[in-house]
Amino acid sequence: MASDLYIIVIGCGRLGSYLANQLSSAGNAVVVVDWNERAFSNLSPEFSGFRIEGDAVESAVLRQAKLDKADLVLATTRKDNVNLMVAQVAKVVFSVPRVLARVFNPKREEIYRRLGVETICPTTVAAEVFLRATAPPSAGVSAGVSPAEALR
Amino acid sequence: MTVLIVGGGRPLYFLCRTFLAKGHNVIVINDDAEECTQLARRLKVTVICGDGSDPATLEEAGAAGADAVLAVTSRDQDNLAICQLSVLQYEVPRTLALVNDPDNEDVFRQLGVGAFAPTRLFASLIEQRTAADAITNLLPVADGKVNVTEVKLSGDSPAAGRALRDLELPANALIAVILRNGDAVVPHGDTVLRTGDRLVLLTLPENHGPALRAITGETD
Repeated sequence: MASDLYIIVIGCGRLGSYLANQLSSAGNAVVVVDWNERAFSNLSPEFSGFRIEGDAVESAVLRQAKLDKADLVLATTRKDNVNLMVAQVAKVVFSVPRVLARVFNPKREEIYRRLGVETICPTTVAAEVFLRATAPPSAGVSAGVSPAEALR
Repeated sequence: MTVLIVGGGRPLYFLCRTFLAKGHNVIVINDDAEECTQLARRLKVTVICGDGSDPATLEEAGAAGADAVLAVTSRDQDNLAICQLSVLQYEVPRTLALVNDPDNEDVFRQLGVGAFAPTRLFASLIEQRTAADAITNLLPVADGKVNVTEVKLSGDSPAAGRALRDLELPANALIAVILRNGDAVVPHGDTVLRTGDRLVLLTLPENHGPALRAITGETD
C-alpha cells in the first residue's frame, strides 16, 4: 500500500489500534476515532497520528476527523451497525474513495454487500481458515459449501 | 395494516397504543426481556424479544409481511440498519427512522432512508414560546391529522399539582414536552404538573377537545 495516504480508523480496540499502529509506522497520516478515551492506550508509543474522542455516528465527529479529505476509512468497532453506518456515510456523504467495514454477522454482511458496502466478516474469514486447515490435503474446500453458507 | 415497531420506552408504548386504537396490527421488537413481558401483558401486540437490526430477528417477527417498519431506538446506527434491512431483505414498502442526532436527519435522507428528528422539532417549539395565550396551536402535522398544541396551566386547572399518570387524558393524546422555567422536560408518569407549566400536547383531531378540557378544566 502507498505510504502517504490520509487514513481514518474508526474504533481503537484490538483491531483498530493494530491497524492504526501499522499504517502509521508505514508513513501514512492516521486519525483514530473512539468514543472511549481509554481505548487510545492500545496505541503504540511510536504512533504519530491524531486521536479523536467521540461517537462516530455523530456527523460532527466525522466532520472533525475531516472525512472529506480521507483516502481510506476503516470502520473497525465491535458494533456492526456503527461500522455499516460510518462506511455508508463516508462513501455517500463524504465521497471517500475507499471504505472498509468490519461486520461480524455473516447474514448482515451479505445484505450490505448488495448495497455496495465493502465488508470484511471475521466470522467468515475464521471459518474459511478453519475449513482449509481441516480439509483433506488433496480435496481442498472449493468443492464444499462456502463458509458463508455453512454459517447460515 | 401491519406495523412493525422496533424500540422501547414510553415512545414505543404510546406509538403502539396509537396504532392499535386505529385498528392496525402491531408487532414489536424490543431487546429487554422484562419490557417485552410488560408490553405483551398490557397491549394486544405481538412481541419479539431480540435485536431488531439482526436479520434473523426481523425474519422471526415477520418483517416480510409488514406494511411499514418504524425504527425508534435510541441508537441512530441501529435505526438505519433496521430500515435498510427491511427494505433490502424484506421489501417493506414504507420505513421511517427516528434520528436522535438532528444532523443525521439529512444524512439518512442521502442514504435513502426516511427520517424524523424530534430534537429539532422540540427545539423550534421552544424558540416559538413567546405566545401569551393560554392555548396556542403550534403546527399541524401530516395535513392536520395530528395537532401540536401548547397549553399553559393556570392555577385553577385540574391538572396542576397532579402526576401525569393520574390525569384522565383520552386515548390518542400525549403530553410530549413540558416547558418549565425556560427548560424543556420530557415527562414520564411520575412527573407532577405545576401551575405555569406550558405543555406541548399531541392529539389526533377527534380527541383534541376532550384532551384540552382534561388539562384546562374549561368547557367550551
